[in-house]
Amino acid sequence: MGGGNNVIELEGVAYSYGGAELFAQLNLSLAPGSFHFLTGPSGAGKTTLLKLCYGELLATSGQVRLFGEDAAALPRDGVAMIRRRIGVVHQDCQFLDHLPLSENVALPLKVAGREDETDGNLDDLLGWVGLKAQANQTPPQLSGGERQRAALARAVIMSPDVIIADEPTGNVDWEMSQRLLTLLVELNKMGKTVLIATHDLNLIRTAKNHVSARVLRLKDRKLQLAGAEL
Amino acid sequence: MRFDPRQLLDLIIGDPQADRAVPPTGFTARLTVFTAAAMAFLAVFAMALSMATGRLADRWSEELARTSTLRISAPADQVAAQTRAAIAVLETTPGVAAARALTPDEQRSLLEPWFGPGLPIEALPIPQLVEIIEDGAGYDATGLRARLQAEVPGAVLDDHTRWREPLISAAGRLRSLGWFAILLIGAATAAMITLAAQSALAANAQVIRVMRLVGAEDTYIARAFVRRFTSRAFLGALGGTVIGMIAVAVLPNGDDVGGFLTDLGFRGLGWFWPLCVPPLAAIVAYFATRAAALRTLKEQS
Repeated sequence: MGGGNNVIELEGVAYSYGGAELFAQLNLSLAPGSFHFLTGPSGAGKTTLLKLCYGELLATSGQVRLFGEDAAALPRDGVAMIRRRIGVVHQDCQFLDHLPLSENVALPLKVAGREDETDGNLDDLLGWVGLKAQANQTPPQLSGGERQRAALARAVIMSPDVIIADEPTGNVDWEMSQRLLTLLVELNKMGKTVLIATHDLNLIRTAKNHVSARVLRLKDRKLQLAGAEL
Repeated sequence: MRFDPRQLLDLIIGDPQADRAVPPTGFTARLTVFTAAAMAFLAVFAMALSMATGRLADRWSEELARTSTLRISAPADQVAAQTRAAIAVLETTPGVAAARALTPDEQRSLLEPWFGPGLPIEALPIPQLVEIIEDGAGYDATGLRARLQAEVPGAVLDDHTRWREPLISAAGRLRSLGWFAILLIGAATAAMITLAAQSALAANAQVIRVMRLVGAEDTYIARAFVRRFTSRAFLGALGGTVIGMIAVAVLPNGDDVGGFLTDLGFRGLGWFWPLCVPPLAAIVAYFATRAAALRTLKEQS
């Protein structure tokens, strides 16, 4: 799983929380344009692993390289710069509930000082995820599926190199999950690296019909390539 | 943590989006405005006190330094002769611009605060007082005392040094206390704003987390809080200053009876000094909030 130009690389990574080791000696490489699923039982550490991948957590040992940079050695502003290159769809969406959807989706552009790109991009993006009509609603007024699509729109508005999604279909019905998957596959076809944590095996099977995806399984503190059952 | 002038420019120009990202918090907003207003009100009074005591010290220093008193205690039949002799000595003393004996009415008015009106001063063994006005160079007190001792045995020279110096010293200390009070008010304002900013930062921990997740730098997040608290402190201090100035303006005017207490206030260009309070409060709030925000953001990361 190695390679010099990988966008995200984990090498011999361990993570402990409260004295308990969540995983150890974990290796992972995401090549540019690749599509990965991360599966595993609840509590295996999928969300933690994703957080290591976008620099919200630091490994207890081992090395995490984000775009070739050692995450542990990055200054705080350096982490902010890296996050602008990684769009994240959080399990609980993470919106600012007092702002309308349009401002939430445009927030990454605003904090990066690229407000001038907002006008055209925002309309197109809201149209792409089918939320133009909800642009002025606040997140609490949206349904679970609408929130997930809005989170995806916010994750891609900066045109990041990597999309990381944590259980993006966890709170939506089958039809909506297919729609979200289609959007993620479209992004991958545009050259984006995609990493999705999910326990929805049907979603993975469907995706493999449309894209060449690798499936990684996090279990018993180890990360393995999933077998032919998928 | 260095001060970057560009950040101050950003603060003045503002970033409405950064401001909007942080939801308004009514309690900390009201607390900051009230604190700034109360502190500015107190600062205006402390300033008025300092300036009044400064004027008082200057006046005492100037007026008392230019005058002396000669007290002639002699048997009643010798008072007039000794007074004339004393004035003759004084008129030939270098550094004495003028010397004159106080009239009975003047002496009566001096005693009136203690004995009341209508004091039969002629019937009492009251010493005759001679007022001495010095010229710019002043006189040699030791030499004058020696001459008076030889020619006017009942004369005692009081050049006011004995009671003038403690008064001036007291007024000076009162003035220093006033400025010290202003410094304390500034420090207390900074402490209160720091606490309010920390409270706002803690209340907005989730907002801060979201902003970080989408790539916001600490300075961007801090700016939203700094701008908000700086403007609140400025507006609160402006209100407190205006109320304080009105309160000082409606104090009774200074007169001879009221003395120091009725002289509390500003004179002439002194009225411009309180106008420095709101910008100073804003500067204090800027640095206090910035330090609190960056420290809290570092701790939260």
